[in-house]
Amino acid sequence: MQLRVHALESILLEKGYIEPAALDELIETYEKKIGPRNGARVVAKAWVDPTFRQWLLTDGTAAIGSLGYGGRSGNHLVALENTPSVHNIVVCTLCSCYPWAVLGLPPLWYKSAPYRSRTVAEPRTVLREFGVELPSDTEIRVWDSTAELRYLVIPSRPEGTDTWGEEQLAELVTRDSMIGTGLAKRPQDLAK
Amino acid sequence: MNGAADMGGMHGFGPVKIEANEPVFHAEWEKKAFALNIAIGVANIWNLDAFRFARESLPPPQYLNKSYYGLWVVTLENMMLNYGLASKEEVSAGHAAVPTKKAKEPVTAAQVANMVRCGSPYERPTASLPKFKAGDKVRARNVHPKTHTRLPRYARGHIGEVVRIVGCHVFPDSNAIGAGEDPHWLYTVRFDGRELWGPDSDPTVRVAIEAWEPYLESA
Repeated sequence: MQLRVHALESILLEKGYIEPAALDELIETYEKKIGPRNGARVVAKAWVDPTFRQWLLTDGTAAIGSLGYGGRSGNHLVALENTPSVHNIVVCTLCSCYPWAVLGLPPLWYKSAPYRSRTVAEPRTVLREFGVELPSDTEIRVWDSTAELRYLVIPSRPEGTDTWGEEQLAELVTRDSMIGTGLAKRPQDLAK
Repeated sequence: MNGAADMGGMHGFGPVKIEANEPVFHAEWEKKAFALNIAIGVANIWNLDAFRFARESLPPPQYLNKSYYGLWVVTLENMMLNYGLASKEEVSAGHAAVPTKKAKEPVTAAQVANMVRCGSPYERPTASLPKFKAGDKVRARNVHPKTHTRLPRYARGHIGEVVRIVGCHVFPDSNAIGAGEDPHWLYTVRFDGRELWGPDSDPTVRVAIEAWEPYLESA
């Protein structure tokens, strides 16, 4: 594959379709600048600020835009809130649609056949593979990203964090908790 | 199309393999595969839907045997050949043939940064009114187009409920085959798990898809 990519790259550069710096810009952006810390900041703000939370739930795109996030794979953002009776989990069965703007590029498992094939049919079993065991009566809402909407799960705020500020809370928000394959960390998990 | 990409509900792929502390890319060539595809997308020679159609058009054994970025590379090569950006000889040689016909202007780092910042919204203005409203019962049509569609097989023929009118969005089925954006109303439609997977399946499961109006009929 390495040689094949190199061949295509050489042709596109030699023919002047792409400037080499454009490639560096993209790699740098998605390796270092855009990642799940963006989403964690959004979730932490939603936890402490009821007005922002409501805005995020009614117009996710505008709400994340106010924090400077959006654009590519984030133009139509929909936030999904977990509650004591509802758990949300996001998948793209057809390819790999994922909210880059707030989570960066997806992990390999998100793009893999096991996750894409099974999440819509047996989400509980899939969740168990992530170490998540939900009460048997929790409604599981699976969201298959078949259009250009991108979903961000707002996990439930852990107990014992009432006095915490946004920055501290963001530490509890994992990537998986914003996809729905995990829960937010509890305060006692942080030391681990 | 009923290709290998439409995986929802398939069996036999085994458990989800989770990698702890996974890096964004696993090899240098993956970085290039990613960046080349995104950068050339900015040149607007083809659109995202056409790229997806080309990727899912790979024969299933090939699709299933490639790594994720491996699929991107093979698809990029096919697109470059189909759209006349390279010849087979050039791809084999790994260089542009001499003399080289230059592209009009290269995609620059500034354009790429702008694209990341602005993205490409898929919503379009329309004078038409949506046919369905939240709460309506709808059936996903039992259709099997041989070209690109975003209506997954597992939903076809099944009855769900409209939970939200999303807006009027570019219709990928049309955009992918060069027939224009042909925007249509887009809805979020939720299905009961038992409607999709049978009476013995988990009763707590609901599955939502986004469906363009042509995918749906009243139920």
